[in-house]
Amino acid sequence: MVDLSVRNVFTFEVLGFEVWITRTIVNTWIVMAALIALAVMARAVIGKPRAVPTGMQNAVEAAVSAVDKLVGGAAGERLSWLGNWFFAVFAIIGASIVGGIVGIRPPTADWATTFALAFGTFALIQAMGVRHRGMRYLKSFIEPNPVLLPLNLIGELARPVSLSFRLYGNVLSGLIIMTLIYELAPIYARIGVPAVLHVYFDLFTASLHAYIFCILSASFIGVAATEPA
Amino acid sequence: MDPLALIIIAAHAAAVVALFNGFLTTFGQSRIAVAAIESIARQPEAADSIRTAMFVGLAMAETSGIYGLLIAIVILFANPLIPIYIGFVR
Repeated sequence: MVDLSVRNVFTFEVLGFEVWITRTIVNTWIVMAALIALAVMARAVIGKPRAVPTGMQNAVEAAVSAVDKLVGGAAGERLSWLGNWFFAVFAIIGASIVGGIVGIRPPTADWATTFALAFGTFALIQAMGVRHRGMRYLKSFIEPNPVLLPLNLIGELARPVSLSFRLYGNVLSGLIIMTLIYELAPIYARIGVPAVLHVYFDLFTASLHAYIFCILSASFIGVAATEPA
Repeated sequence: MDPLALIIIAAHAAAVVALFNGFLTTFGQSRIAVAAIESIARQPEAADSIRTAMFVGLAMAETSGIYGLLIAIVILFANPLIPIYIGFVR
């Protein structure tokens, strides 16, 4: 039987509320542990930072400045410090999809995870809009006419929904295809063929969708934080 | 015919219809890619910003295709009509 649903691992009660620890949450812990271990290892290898970077320090600096440049290009130079947040988002989206290769169900194949990430973008859009434009940002909701206020609010709320559904749909479709291959393909097609498909559905889509999520979020934030010409 | 079988047949037909928007999505995405390649060929020095804009446009155009896919998945794997029908029979 093809099993695609998110199973519950165990349940416990806090103050009368049932808390469900699902497979998504356990897999998120695994991905987070792997990322933290990687970060600690990289820090240990670098040791004392040098002025002229070599080896591991070079690779880490290249990755950080690439994300900073990406975010700076999409959201504007003064918001390039958001690269900190987007590096984390990029790492967790990419790592969770790559985890599918070793058989961990991707946490991003659950709408709750992608909506949490997209809600972070939504909060950043509002916060950066208010911080950099103040009342003029709030006034932009009743422009060009106060009658359009509900339409503007719906358009604002549609952003995290569409961001999260885009990531969720892509990851879930890859998961369904890989599950079908493993469960239903004839036995001779399970040797070698899944490896090629893993390269496309896990490695390629992981980097592409992490990139798209970050660049779309950054450009939304940039649009909210910049005065229209 | 068993009404449950009828619901399942209709659900599969509806999933096929929901996936038909993939044609138009692919068409629109190919237009975006063609325009981006032409711009890069004309101005290779602006390739980086054109590529960024192309990816944003591709992601926007992909939204409708992804929604169709999600509708098809919901119809097939989490069909709301089947629990209603089972409850109705009981």
